[in-house]
Amino acid sequence: MKEAGGLVSAFKGSPLGNRLRRWGVNGRTAVASVPFFWLLLFFLIPFIIVLKISFSQTVIAMPPYEPLLHWVSEKVLDIKLNLGNYAFLIEDNLYWKAYLNSIMVAGISTIICLLIGYPMAYAIARSTPTWRNILLLLVILPFWSSFLLRVYAWIGLLKNNGLINNALIALGLIDQPIQMLQTDFAVYVGIVYSYLPFMILPLYASLEKMDLTLLEAAADLGSRPWEAFLKITLPLSMPGVVAGCLLVFIPAVGEFVIPALLGDPGSLMIGKVLWTEFFNNRDWPVASAVAIALLMFLVIPIMYFQRAQDAESGRGART
Amino acid sequence: MNTARPWFRMTALALGLAFLYIPIFSLIVYSFNKSRLVTVWGGFSTKWYGELLHNQQILDAAWLSLKVAAVTATLAVALGTLAGLALARFGRFKGRTLFSAMATAPLVMPEVITGLSLLLLFVTLEQLIGWPSGRGMTTIIIAHVTFAMAYVTVIVQSRLSQMDDSLEEAALDLGARPAKVFFVVTLPIILPALLSGWLLAFTLSLDDLVIASFVAGPGASTLPMVIFSKVRMGVSPDINALATVLIAIVAFGVAFAGYWMARQQRNEARDAQMALAANQQMIESLKAG
Amino acid sequence: MATSPNVPAPEFAPWKDPDAVPYVRIERVTKKFGDFIAVDEVTLDIFKKEIFCLLGASGCGKTTLLRMLAGFERPTAGRIFIDGVDMTAIPPYERPVNMMFQSYALFPHMNVEQNVAFGLKQEKVSRSEITERVSEMLKLVKLDQFSKRRPHQLSGGQRQRVALARSLIKKPKLLLLDEPLAALDKKLREHTQFELINIQESLGVTFIVVTHDQEEAMTLSSRVGVMNHGEIIQVGTPTDIYEYPSSRFVAEFIGSVNMFEGRLIEDEPSYVRIECDDLDVPIFVDHGVSSAPGATIWAAIRPEKISIVRERPESADNWAAATVSDIAYMGDMSVYLLKLASGKILRVTQPNVYRHADDRITWDESVYVQWHASSPVVVTK
Repeated sequence: MKEAGGLVSAFKGSPLGNRLRRWGVNGRTAVASVPFFWLLLFFLIPFIIVLKISFSQTVIAMPPYEPLLHWVSEKVLDIKLNLGNYAFLIEDNLYWKAYLNSIMVAGISTIICLLIGYPMAYAIARSTPTWRNILLLLVILPFWSSFLLRVYAWIGLLKNNGLINNALIALGLIDQPIQMLQTDFAVYVGIVYSYLPFMILPLYASLEKMDLTLLEAAADLGSRPWEAFLKITLPLSMPGVVAGCLLVFIPAVGEFVIPALLGDPGSLMIGKVLWTEFFNNRDWPVASAVAIALLMFLVIPIMYFQRAQDAESGRGART
Repeated sequence: MNTARPWFRMTALALGLAFLYIPIFSLIVYSFNKSRLVTVWGGFSTKWYGELLHNQQILDAAWLSLKVAAVTATLAVALGTLAGLALARFGRFKGRTLFSAMATAPLVMPEVITGLSLLLLFVTLEQLIGWPSGRGMTTIIIAHVTFAMAYVTVIVQSRLSQMDDSLEEAALDLGARPAKVFFVVTLPIILPALLSGWLLAFTLSLDDLVIASFVAGPGASTLPMVIFSKVRMGVSPDINALATVLIAIVAFGVAFAGYWMARQQRNEARDAQMALAANQQMIESLKAG
Repeated sequence: MATSPNVPAPEFAPWKDPDAVPYVRIERVTKKFGDFIAVDEVTLDIFKKEIFCLLGASGCGKTTLLRMLAGFERPTAGRIFIDGVDMTAIPPYERPVNMMFQSYALFPHMNVEQNVAFGLKQEKVSRSEITERVSEMLKLVKLDQFSKRRPHQLSGGQRQRVALARSLIKKPKLLLLDEPLAALDKKLREHTQFELINIQESLGVTFIVVTHDQEEAMTLSSRVGVMNHGEIIQVGTPTDIYEYPSSRFVAEFIGSVNMFEGRLIEDEPSYVRIECDDLDVPIFVDHGVSSAPGATIWAAIRPEKISIVRERPESADNWAAATVSDIAYMGDMSVYLLKLASGKILRVTQPNVYRHADDRITWDESVYVQWHASSPVVVTK
């Protein structure tokens, strides 16, 4: 579709049409600009506002922060940049620890997700077409049912008088209930559980595309199954691995619900910290600074994800 | 490779599926538990479903969430389709990198960041131009559309890249203008993708807690917000009942989708047979002269 | 083409008529993609009712040229005229040109009837007229029984006919065909080739076909344009291209050929003699050649123009001694690979005229090859 868009070509002869065309407006521009401006206003600009507020100071008012710009007199504009919020983040141990802890938890969860999800995706990709559809539906069903409720389910399972402890006691394996809820363990379980479909689906997509005759050729040339897996299947499934890991890791770093419901109330995850700063302390500037710092860290993985996305859908960008 | 050591694959699958489904089953089972102590079995009862039906707070929240989700899904599909179309068909246009980044970043952005940034935007806008006045359904919808459209964009973009674009060229060649080509040729073909995009956006909106908490006003409580405030204090059997109802609906939907897909496959097989038969006929008639 | 038995059919050759006005005029058209030049200053005249084939290997630019005629690509430079009108900047939906796509591009959500009617609907033709013209067209392509079927319920050959019907129904001035026979089975291909020609003749539409298949080009076309690296190398009738190639490239591209590199030892207006290191005796060609003195030239001899004999020829030129190194029996003919003393391998084909030939030429036999003085084509580039 290289030629001028149709919507405005209807006006072709008319003065309005000619003027619009001189401004470079055609149907294509119309199509792309609607989502573009929506995203500009509701996705990009908010980040700029967060940045701005992270430089301001908290006040008891509504909204609870001071404006950045002051007209001191007719022509003099005073900009107050409060770097104190960032200094606060750096000085107070709490924030450092929370960031590092979040990254560690997200990282480990991602790896566990990969270890569980890869064999499952592989098994689905290798099954017969009928089974494949059924299995995919089975994996997708939890994905479609409420995230919140599934995390809630783990409360019932991990409680001291919950299902798992009761079962272990009934089987005589333990006498006292094991503390599982409100521990880091519970957070790991929660994250792995909730994000597993996000790992399985891209992995499956990648594995399913693979040409099985490659493995037959490898076997024909003397390769053992494990070798063929490591040298052929694994490398070819890399795009899926990367996509799955990023889809789990990036949101998991800022995860709030799971630590809030399953984790130790004292545990430090940056999502919880942000929430607390905002809702409990009503300190919007600090919350903003936390958000900006988190974003700075995630920018690189996010860009990596974008790059991988673009590569996968490379066919779309024609010259 | 298909026959070599299937036991490994099957065990992995069995364990994985068990892991995925045991929590879900536990939710369902304990929704029928007479005892309020959710995990101590006190006998079979459906009383919690009754309580659920009379809980005005939950019903109001559910109704609000459904309305928000429906509007969100529709807007997200409209915007996401436009974005997906631009990314898949417009080549390397000016601003494409920024556009692509903005369109797909919400997929991975942590919700706390999205929620906070949108709230701050609404507050600033209210100060500057008086809109949106207070936060409620409108702000929730705007927020949900913004992140849901990212999913629709990816779905539509991917579907369009798979599609043979010579179909669109053929339509242009036959005299149809670009807008007409989209509505008469492209849209009918990608309709299933749009439908799944709508369902996905609907589900994401219905399920969102964090973003809604940031941008909802005092009067507006969505279903996840109500659920969250209840379960923070521990297990609650009427929530189990709610969960079961939701799971039942989803399971029904998924089963229907499965049935539909199976039917599609059968139709395709039948059509392929027909084509094959037609081919045979043609070869016969050629031989006959 | 019905003709009375004793009067030969008038030759269709508008390109030979100095007064004929070309129907399609491609004027110094160039297309660049970044630094890559896909089409390089191509100038071409195509006449009404021709079937013109653009022939070349993948990547030679023929498809890009076709797409520019259709309007899907804009030339970087140059202009395109169709029936006298400058079409260079006109979008595809406003050109009196239709295209038949290689993948057929049938709309999967519409049935055969709706597919074929699509073009007419865009012209705001009345519904009754549409129904009439669609059923007429379907009868022409022999698909009237299948009008309600959807594309995936049809065989490949049937889909192709739907694509053809769809692109012809608007009575375009020009029909562009992109590898029309590539997706068909061999048996179907031959049959379809003739059908295409018949349909073209009965409707009088000008065809421009893009193909990489020489056989297709030779069978279908009134003229062929051989392309390489974005340039047109030679334009001519199939006979012209095959028997009078203008360069080594064309000679080697079409069919197979035996190429002898040599020097002119005698250069007269009515004949030349060429000395070649691979041969013991010179090549004598019975027509003159224009070439710079001392330049290297090539003599190209087609395999079917060489004969194999057992007795040593008596003439002073146009023969050589050889050993049979390989034979491929193809049923209707055999291909012989013969090794000369210099090591050069010649390719010679001979029809198997007799069923029982007890004294067939066999492997490792020492034989002689010879050819007529009119057979070699001399090319200077």
